[in-house]
Amino acid sequence: MAQRGIREAEAKQLILDHIDFPLVHDMVLVRPHSDISALAKDYPFLSGQLVAKPDVLVGKRGKHNLVLLNKNFQECLEWIEKKRSAPVRVGPVKGDLTHFLIEPFIPHDQEFYLAIQAERDGDVIYVSDQGGIHVEEKWDQVKEIRVPVDQFLREEEVLAVLDQPLLARFAAALHKVFADLDFVYLEINPIVIVNERIHMLDLVAKLDDTAAFRNREKWGGVVFPSPFGTVLTAEERYINELDSKTGASLKLKILNPEGRIWTMVAGGGASVVYADTIVDLGYGSELANYGEYSGDPNQELTYEYAKTVLDLMTRKKGKPKILIIGGGIANFTDVAKTFTGIIMALKDYREKLIENRATIYVRRGGPNYKEGLEKMEETGKVLGVPVHVYGPETHMTKIISLALGGKSQ
Amino acid sequence: MNDYELYDKNSQAIIYGSQINAVQRMLDFDYLCGRKTPSVAAIVNPARESLVKVFFSLHEIMVPEYKTLQKAAAEHPTAHVLINFSSFRSAYASSKEALETDSIRVVVIVAEGIPERDTRKLIALAKKKGKTIIGPATVGGIKAGAFKIGNTAGKTDNIIASKLLRPGSVGVVSKSGGLSNELYNIVALNADGINEGVAIGGDRWPGSDYLDHLLRYEKNPDIRFMVALGEIGGRDEYVIIDAIKKGLITKPLIMWVTGTCATMFTTSVQFGHAGAASGAEEESAQAKNEALKEAGVIVPESFDTFGEKVRETYQRLKSEGRIQETELPAAPKFPIPLTEALSNGLVRKPTNFTCTISDDRGDEPIYAGFKISEILEKGWGIGDIISLLWFRRRLPEFATKFFELVLVVSADHGPAVSGAHNAIVAARAGKDMVSALASGLLTIGPRFGGAINDAAVYFKDAKDRGLSPKEFINEMKDKGINIPGIGHRVKSVQNPDKRVEILSDYAKKNFPTTAYLDYAREVEKLTTEKRNNLILNVDGCIAVVFLDLLASSGIFSDSEAREIVNLGYLNGFFMVARCIGMIGHIMDQYRMKKGLYRHPWDDILYDVKRME
Repeated sequence: MAQRGIREAEAKQLILDHIDFPLVHDMVLVRPHSDISALAKDYPFLSGQLVAKPDVLVGKRGKHNLVLLNKNFQECLEWIEKKRSAPVRVGPVKGDLTHFLIEPFIPHDQEFYLAIQAERDGDVIYVSDQGGIHVEEKWDQVKEIRVPVDQFLREEEVLAVLDQPLLARFAAALHKVFADLDFVYLEINPIVIVNERIHMLDLVAKLDDTAAFRNREKWGGVVFPSPFGTVLTAEERYINELDSKTGASLKLKILNPEGRIWTMVAGGGASVVYADTIVDLGYGSELANYGEYSGDPNQELTYEYAKTVLDLMTRKKGKPKILIIGGGIANFTDVAKTFTGIIMALKDYREKLIENRATIYVRRGGPNYKEGLEKMEETGKVLGVPVHVYGPETHMTKIISLALGGKSQ
Repeated sequence: MNDYELYDKNSQAIIYGSQINAVQRMLDFDYLCGRKTPSVAAIVNPARESLVKVFFSLHEIMVPEYKTLQKAAAEHPTAHVLINFSSFRSAYASSKEALETDSIRVVVIVAEGIPERDTRKLIALAKKKGKTIIGPATVGGIKAGAFKIGNTAGKTDNIIASKLLRPGSVGVVSKSGGLSNELYNIVALNADGINEGVAIGGDRWPGSDYLDHLLRYEKNPDIRFMVALGEIGGRDEYVIIDAIKKGLITKPLIMWVTGTCATMFTTSVQFGHAGAASGAEEESAQAKNEALKEAGVIVPESFDTFGEKVRETYQRLKSEGRIQETELPAAPKFPIPLTEALSNGLVRKPTNFTCTISDDRGDEPIYAGFKISEILEKGWGIGDIISLLWFRRRLPEFATKFFELVLVVSADHGPAVSGAHNAIVAARAGKDMVSALASGLLTIGPRFGGAINDAAVYFKDAKDRGLSPKEFINEMKDKGINIPGIGHRVKSVQNPDKRVEILSDYAKKNFPTTAYLDYAREVEKLTTEKRNNLILNVDGCIAVVFLDLLASSGIFSDSEAREIVNLGYLNGFFMVARCIGMIGHIMDQYRMKKGLYRHPWDDILYDVKRME
């Protein structure tokens, strides 16, 4: 639940559908595994000169040589087929280019820059007549206009910094869409004027997905793709699915399936601190996952969550495994209750835990924590799995050094 | 109250949302730290206006609940904190209203997932009005020994263990609500406890941020040093560094930025909080920790040594004479709430009610040992349900089908009988359905509908005592009682009652034995010799066939059978059946929009004597 990037094609469509400004914009989104040649009959513009680029959440496509300019349809088709056939490395990240955008090639002389960013006190509009891929180097040419959150950008404000009436009118209309559709970031670079018409050549956008509940109609079926290079494992997808069906929060990210340190931590803040401490103590390479459950998930959800983690943890025998069931001091979550689902899962995985020589470290505080810890300890005895339990008298992350024999308080 | 304080020992809050547990936790804290007035003045609950019972100390008090904030604020003008528990959908509107209410100066927003634009509008409004927002997406905050927001700091045992009953000398600010509680614990374990703590919430745009609270702590002479927990993403830490450079923050500050593990991820990761995602290098945890250190902030090597730094700083300030150790007050004895003691097996409590027929506590209701889904799967009908709920066991099909037959033949007897008549009159008087139905049902008694059960009582008694039909008739005659179940106003030997035929044919065909029916037929032979309308009527027939059911099913002992008759089960059949008919008559009148019924004068003999 936060700021999420959307595809360029969908962002442009949202603007076309809602802006009070005359815009003509041809484009087609090429979806994965689709027959590109079949598009020609539905989109007449494809007979002209074209631009093609991947429409995945990856920035600086120009600089990464991922924009094909001024080519005909056949050339675009071949280029896309090649690009989508194998994973591509962009900076440090390797991933699949799944979606592509094809648009008419628009010859132009001057490139402008227009961006809107949501800030705490209001929206900041950035505008420059020095747009294009080198805008960052010429950032001193970019003008800033601050608009309070309860107001809209006025044409005159733009005209005051850049003498381009058409662009000023467009910027004002665009800001209304930005505010009305809960955009939080919108960057058009370059934006060009050809024959007294505005053309949005390249665009990046983010929506505030917490506003989804009031934008169902306006947003239509907009999707929030995972960041480029994110390949979810079946287990991560399963936890995502559980997460999306509940008011509680469940998160799982597998970092190193061969790692011997597995975590299952209550709380969004605490889970990060546990992962940090493992890394800070020099065991980052052994950290198998980042995991978090919070917001009072019911017994069934914690059971499913714990089973998923235990299953991953006990798949491959090797060095003895360590499971960190951590957490801070809960304000109002009943600790004993949330532990029941985990205990059920531990019972299911008894043999595998023993086979994998797993040791479990538990640290938690909050309502009914004593009862919860007792139950955990008892479960360890019954199962024959070493379980060490600690309450609020022990520093939250100390179980990590206790488990790993590292430095501790 | 000092200008650097948001609330103190006398502050009162209005709670938006029916969060009685949170209210109780606040009042428990009040009691533990010896507040004279409860910290909750009122509750706003758009659904209801009432008085809510909660404990303040060992006794219960009533906290008023209002439908609107406007009214709550008008009635409680000194309550200046609004703790908003409404959902992310409605939190904007209620928080806006609170900011626009003159008497409210601090608004705490608990909901997570409020659209950013809404939060930003609230921030702008708060700034204009000079008010403070804590949150969104927070548990709140606490001023030790003075005022606790909502669920902050958990239950009483934790509050006592974390030294929150009197002010210590540390000011704490964090994003996470869960970790704020952990920080209060760390400060209690390594120093003299917190003076004040605030969780500003995990959203991208917290209503008040780190610096707002650190500046307040800087001004508060009771706070000697400060503790903060930062987070990957955002630029708040650089704002703090600026303030330090400008000399706005001079007290020792211990701070750690979490999210150092992000280097392990190749793609940008959204951690638990909405604001916690790093794109730019300078927003990374490492960069921010480094920058804080450079600015003179005490930064531990990892979260693991956070406590050590707190301890060192506390000891140093104490040795420099800048902190005087204060004694911890003894917490008053705190009784365990009954529900908690029960669930932990600390007490036992006798029950006031007993139920032996159904159980609604599981996933689905259970009727006498059978789940509703099982009952539906097996295709059981109303006769089976009656057997389960009235007789607490499954009866054979001949019995359950007989029940259904009784319901069918007794469902209605036209509009003229007393019950239906009364129901109709009440319906026509404009009464609602339950009143009209009750009016009809209340007519059922010894003369209307009660004959069935009476018949069963007398026939059973006579036959069981071995009286011959003749002896039975004579005994009743001696007592001066007409035999219930014998005699009909219009039907006779020559004009038999169809319903009686159906019922007795059914019994003859399906029941293992029909001894009581046969006995009643013998009695009927004798009575009809006297007058041809003294036949076994439908009431009597139901009664004796029912006796045969009890005797021949092999399920009921004789004493059980007697108990069933004496408890009036047969009246139950009549009432259930007649409800169907009466509801039909009531709806019939409603449908025709019949007006008030008035009995005509000419149908009444007025025999009122004039007084001289």
